Formats: sequence, structure tokens, C-alpha cells
Amino acid sequence: MNVNLKVKRFDPADSTGGSWWQEYNIDIHQDSTVLDALIHVREYEDTSLALRCACRASICGSCGMKVNGSAKLVCKTRIVGVSPNGEQITVEPMGNQPVIKDLVVSLDTFFNQVKRVEPYMQPDFIPDSGEYIASNESMENLLTAMNCIMCGCCVSDCTVLEVDDNFIGPAALAKAWRFVDDPRDSKKKDRLKDLNYEDGGIWDCTRCMQCVEVCPKGVNPMERIMELRDQAIEIGFTNTNGARHAEAVYGDVGHSGWLDELRLPIKTFGMFNFKELIKLIPIGIKSQLVGKRPPIFHKSIPGVENIRKIFERYKN
Amino acid sequence: MKYAFYPGCVARGACPELFVATVEVCKLLGIDLDHDAMKGASCTGSGVLQEKNQRLGDTLNARNFALAERSNLPLMTICSTCQGVMSQARKRMLDDPKYLAEINSELAEEGLEYKGIAEPRHLLWIILEDYGVEKFKSKLVKSLNGLRLAPFYGCYLVRPSDALGFKENIEREDSLERIIEAVDAEVVDFSGKTLCCGFPILTINEKNSMKMVAKHTTDAKGLGADAMVTPCPLCHLNLDGFQSKAGKSIGSQINLPIIHLPQLLGLALGISPEKLRLNKHIVSTKVFLSELALQP
Repeated sequence: MNVNLKVKRFDPADSTGGSWWQEYNIDIHQDSTVLDALIHVREYEDTSLALRCACRASICGSCGMKVNGSAKLVCKTRIVGVSPNGEQITVEPMGNQPVIKDLVVSLDTFFNQVKRVEPYMQPDFIPDSGEYIASNESMENLLTAMNCIMCGCCVSDCTVLEVDDNFIGPAALAKAWRFVDDPRDSKKKDRLKDLNYEDGGIWDCTRCMQCVEVCPKGVNPMERIMELRDQAIEIGFTNTNGARHAEAVYGDVGHSGWLDELRLPIKTFGMFNFKELIKLIPIGIKSQLVGKRPPIFHKSIPGVENIRKIFERYKN
Repeated sequence: MKYAFYPGCVARGACPELFVATVEVCKLLGIDLDHDAMKGASCTGSGVLQEKNQRLGDTLNARNFALAERSNLPLMTICSTCQGVMSQARKRMLDDPKYLAEINSELAEEGLEYKGIAEPRHLLWIILEDYGVEKFKSKLVKSLNGLRLAPFYGCYLVRPSDALGFKENIEREDSLERIIEAVDAEVVDFSGKTLCCGFPILTINEKNSMKMVAKHTTDAKGLGADAMVTPCPLCHLNLDGFQSKAGKSIGSQINLPIIHLPQLLGLALGISPEKLRLNKHIVSTKVFLSELALQP
């Protein structure tokens, strides 16, 4: 089958310093992957094309690239899947990581994020038997995060990293959860404290689900971040806007059945956080002027007692 | 065509113009909205309550679905966030019958049960999938030819795609572009259309939130957009309400009107901008409407 590839190129040795798009038309077997197509280009069309790959079986995590705008392992991406009717396929290097050449990005960004969460077990005793025993259940619980092959796809498409390179990032936070939930680790509280209060920590995630969508191994990093938030609140680290916001939404729905948008930001910042509350005045005035203010008197939904009963049961 | 109408919290709170515009549009299209069926429905939890207790969130959504089933009507939402949270809850329950049974046991006292029939769907999808784009086009009286519109979906209407049924309904991937084309306007395609607007972190990390607003609105404007259209009221709150603040953070005045999906439909259906509450936005819609020879 004929395949039309549009590949983003970058050559650090190029004196103009810019990147450019290059098109390749190749003839390849219909069952081929995007990686097969790129290797074909490198072997037969253009030996200068740089790409990174190894296992070709979605195990090593080397061939993360953006295909038609979203990060994928190209060895796991069949051409017919991204170009069902012979459409042009665009291939770019992953995002949020510096490009070394063409489709190859530096892994330093990724691993520096992972190092921030101390990605190793820290037990507080040496077992007599010489080995740390964990139950099957506790290990099964960790399987999702342990499936991570560190390909960087989630980091590539993370919407927070796009505006803030200080964010720890989805892969590293999923890795952090893996140790927080490991019964053999002794640093659960310290880890949660750091992740909770640190700049770029768990509350900076926007819950946009890009990482969930692009992860080729079902790690579901955002869900892991939500579990970290839940555990941080549980353990008592509640002095954050994020924790107060979650508490306020929980309180609103549990009390009236729906959100009291007028008071929600006040509860999130804290009643006596005047520095932040003053900042709400301009938007409050603007909203009032155009008639977008939520109701002053927040009425409960009909039959709210049924909602309250459900909340009560879960509390107990 | 009749639907159990679930407007969500924001259309009844900080975006009343969305509620009004939806009612006007549906009236004209002959889509009957049953306002009573979901009267006792709760908030979906908006994904935030789920941070504290996902199972509780799923129970609330199962209860809402059971209310829709009791009315024997299909369920309509007008909020991308509600859609996403409900679809995710539904998938978790339908994927695991044991879990669904446990959730249903929480609803038994009220005499409710989620049978797995009710399926939440956004007005955007309902226009394309139930009403039909050709029938919709036959109702249009005002050409929006010449207008350049940037789509902005809201994360929860595009991800996770498996819970949102994208595999079974491939046309959902470019549903907003299809609507823009149906009203004869031009689509301004930009890479930020499926990214986060920044609203979920507005009160947590305002600096990052403003960077997101500034980036999306300036990108769309830079590509020549006259306005941005969104099916998500939470995106609207951030992109409209905080646009001037985001503009100040980059030393620029952006002035890109952010239009709710039903307001766009309404304009093409010949409903007056005033009736669609296009005068109730923080970023003025005046210049945008004057291009259509209309007054806000």
C-alpha cells in the first residue's frame, strides 16, 4: 500500500537552527506499523532521518512519537489505524521534551522528574528471612503503575507541562503512587507530604486525561494522581486549596445536592484568606454587571434528603 | 423527540445564559425538554468529589441515571464536564456487574435501580446523531457565512475516548467542526481545541490556569478566529471570565468572544442575540455580532 508520511525534521548542526517538515511517499505492506514505515524511509529513502527504537514489540518504550498530533509508541501503531483511507500521516517528536535530532528527544526531562519522587523502596527494617514479603493482593494493586515502560508519551502530551516545566508530571507521579501504596515502604507519610505541598505536586494536575488517553500500557497516571490526593487528604494534609476545594464540593453536594458556585471559591481559599479573597472582587463585579452571578440564596434540590442519606451511609 | 433534561450546576449557576439559549434553541427545533424528570438529580461530582470518594460519585450518577430511566426518556446534558463524569461512571458500572449491583443496593431504599439503559448524551451529539445534520440545516434561516470560528471541546467531551463511545460513534471526534460547517461558518482549526482550558486549577494554580487561557485564545485569534465556540460551560467560565486577566499576564488585550454551543445554533436559527443572552458575557460579543449585522 502507498503511504504518505509528513515528518518533522530537526538538525542541530543546521546553521539556520530551525525545524522543517519533509514528506515521504513509500510503498509498504498493508499490515505495517508506523515504525515499519519510518525504518523503511531510513533504509531506502533518506539515511539522514534519526529515530529511536529497539524492541519493536511495545516493551522497551523507546519509540514514543507524536502521530497525527498525539503521542504513541509507533511500533504499536498500525498504519491502517491512523490512516484508514490513505490519509497523510504526520509524525513529530514527542512534546515537552527537548529534541536532539528529528524524532529523537532527550530523556533527561523525563528521568529528572522521576528522580524527584525517590523511585525506590525505602523500608525501615531488615527482615530476618532476608527478603521483604508482600501479599499477592498488594502487588496486584500496584500492577497498573508497574506496567509503566517509561516511554514518555504521557509527559509528551501533558497539558500542565506545556505551560509549567516544574510540574512533576504524570509518569513520575504514577511512580510515586507505586511506592506510596507499597506495604513494604516506610516513607508513605513523608512522600505524601512532599507531593502534597511541593510546587508542581499532585494538586497541579488539571485532570485533563491526556495521560490516560495516550498511555500505551494502561497505567492511567491521572487515576493514580487522584488516589494520591485522596490519600493525602485522608492522612490529614488538608491545608491546600485543592484539598479545601474537594472538601467544599463534597460538602455542597452532600448538603444541597448541587454546587453553590457563589461560595465555592470562598470555601476553597479559606474564609480568612483575605489576600486571595480580594482577588475575587473584580470577577465578582464583572459577573454581577452582566448578570452571570450564581444565585445568592442556594436552594437544595427536591428530595435532597435521599442524597444526604447516601452521604451518611458512605461516611459510616 | 423528547429528552430528560439534565442542565448541570453551571447552567443553573454562573452561566444562566447557557440554560436560556438551550431552551430557546430546543423549542425552535422541536426538541421537547422534560424539565421535571431530572428535578431531583444531583451534581455529578464534577470529577472533584471523586477525588475524595469515587464510589460515592458513581452512586450519585447511578441515581441520576435511574431517575432518567424512570421517565423512560433519553438523557440530555449540555455540559462537557457532566458528560465526561457521567460516561466514566457508567462505564465503570457496566464493565463490572458486581460493582453495579453493589451501587444499586445503595439506591434500593429510595426504590431506584440503574438498569444500565440510560446513557447520558450531550446536545452536540444529539443534534448530529438523533436530529440529523440535514434536518438541522433545513431549519436554518441565518447564514453565518464569513464567520471564522475556533472549536473548543472541553477535555471531558473527548477523553477518555473509550468511555465516551468514540469507537462506536467515530463522528464524535469532529462533532463541533461539523456543527460549525453546518451553520455555514468557517472552522479555525487549532491544536489547542481538545486541550485543557485551565478551569480545574483556577483556584489551585492560577498562574498556570491563566497561561492556558492566554495560549488558547491568542492561538485561535492569531489564526483569524472571530470567536470561539464551546459545548462546556466550565471552559466558558475560564476562557470568557478570566480572558482579560490572562491577557494582562502576557501584556495584551485578547478580546475573543467565547460562545456557548446553543448560542451558535440559535444565531443560525434566527433567534435574536438578546434572547440568546449574548449580551451576558464578560468578553463583549458586540464586534462579533456586528459582523453578522446583529446587535447584542
